[in-house]
Amino acid sequence: MGQKSKQVASFQEAVADIPDGSTIAFGGFAMPGTPFNLIRALMEHGAKRLTLVANTTGGAQQPRMPDIGMLVENGQVAKVICAFTAATRPTDVLPFTKYYESGEVEAELVPQGTLAERLRAAGAGIPAFYTPTAVGTELAEGRETRVINGREYLLEYALPLDYAFIRARRADAAGNLRFHRSQRNFNPVMATAASCTIAEVDEAILPAGAIDPDDVHTAGIFVHRLVQVPPAPEGLWPTKRQERAR
Amino acid sequence: MSETRQKGVNRQQIADRVALEFQDGWIVNLGVGIPTMCSNTDIGDRDITYHSENGVIGYGGVAPAGEEDLNLVNAGGQNVTLKPGAAVVHHADSFGIIRGGHIDATVMGAYQVSMRGDFANWKLAGQKGGGIGGAMDLAACAKRVFIILEHVTRKGEPRLVEACDLPVTARGVVTLVATNYGLFEPTGEGFLLREIAPGLTVEEIRASTGGTLTVAPNLGPMRMAG
Repeated sequence: MGQKSKQVASFQEAVADIPDGSTIAFGGFAMPGTPFNLIRALMEHGAKRLTLVANTTGGAQQPRMPDIGMLVENGQVAKVICAFTAATRPTDVLPFTKYYESGEVEAELVPQGTLAERLRAAGAGIPAFYTPTAVGTELAEGRETRVINGREYLLEYALPLDYAFIRARRADAAGNLRFHRSQRNFNPVMATAASCTIAEVDEAILPAGAIDPDDVHTAGIFVHRLVQVPPAPEGLWPTKRQERAR
Repeated sequence: MSETRQKGVNRQQIADRVALEFQDGWIVNLGVGIPTMCSNTDIGDRDITYHSENGVIGYGGVAPAGEEDLNLVNAGGQNVTLKPGAAVVHHADSFGIIRGGHIDATVMGAYQVSMRGDFANWKLAGQKGGGIGGAMDLAACAKRVFIILEHVTRKGEPRLVEACDLPVTARGVVTLVATNYGLFEPTGEGFLLREIAPGLTVEEIRASTGGTLTVAPNLGPMRMAG
């Protein structure tokens, strides 16, 4: 394709132009596919009044890695859109929860599948859609529903992003990506929903064309910047989860 | 949480009883906690495909120590293995599988279940926000919703109730409820007791159950695996 490589030299450079007030999504489900290195770079960068989108706010698992809760503790966050403001186990307390409960940070709690579909819709030019999820619950109170073929559905709006931070196993210089196992999770849909997608990549960036077009998971048109993750300890990598004492 | 605190069968036995419902060829989603234990149950040569909300279809057991793939987890964040024939899809496709009605059964924990088949598992009384995860999508769209819970709270209050006073996850969706006391079916007018755990009497169960308890004409002992 003769295009320039999308690789940038450092995580700092990749996030340098992010303005205050941006909406940024983070891929990842538990450890796999979470852009730990980009989150750390964003903490150093210091952008403020951010709206963050992710499955969880982090902090439920040990060892703790860079997460939304740390950005909140760093005073950078105005609002979080996520599927958990509290942990699944009531006895676990997320670092984020106290900021939310005190009103310092806003949150919009969204069912996980609705979150994924709102991102997909944003990337696919669908402004809103109807879903059976959350009908009859507190989340649907005061909101538009519609009966279609005898079943009630809730209207949900697309969720467009300024930036998506994602993590992949392999990339070529054109930004084509492959993920490994459950590293994929939200990453492909977030990439389509963002004006600028930044991918941290496990392996050395390959020349354009080195990934067979049939084997691409996320097309390079959705990916704008690539950074290779250096080996540990300089780079952050998923670790084995430690079971917490109960 | 102590195993001896509660009467009746233990957690693995509750999970076993639910797993016995799984039929050959089903696609099943297991929630975090006791539901995960359904995958330990010996159900003979029935072929079950386990779906995890993060897009893993066809996962197997937890990986042995030292052989974990740190980029492969189930919904509970455990490093699992893949069975032959497994596939991985992204999150929007994974929930398309759920909303699209391709999940034969989902198994979830809950705080409360009502006789109308409503259940609550994402928010406690007085809590701001909560933890929804994929529960509302699964509850609204799986073909069958199996709920596992301990029959009473730590204070001895019923979890099977006439109507949920906690915010619900979905309404009218629960197919079966397995507790340490027995196996129940919400019928709309009450809970139908179908199987009873060893050591329990119908009267004890009635005293610990909200709403109306009816007893199946063919009431039997709680079935065990193996």
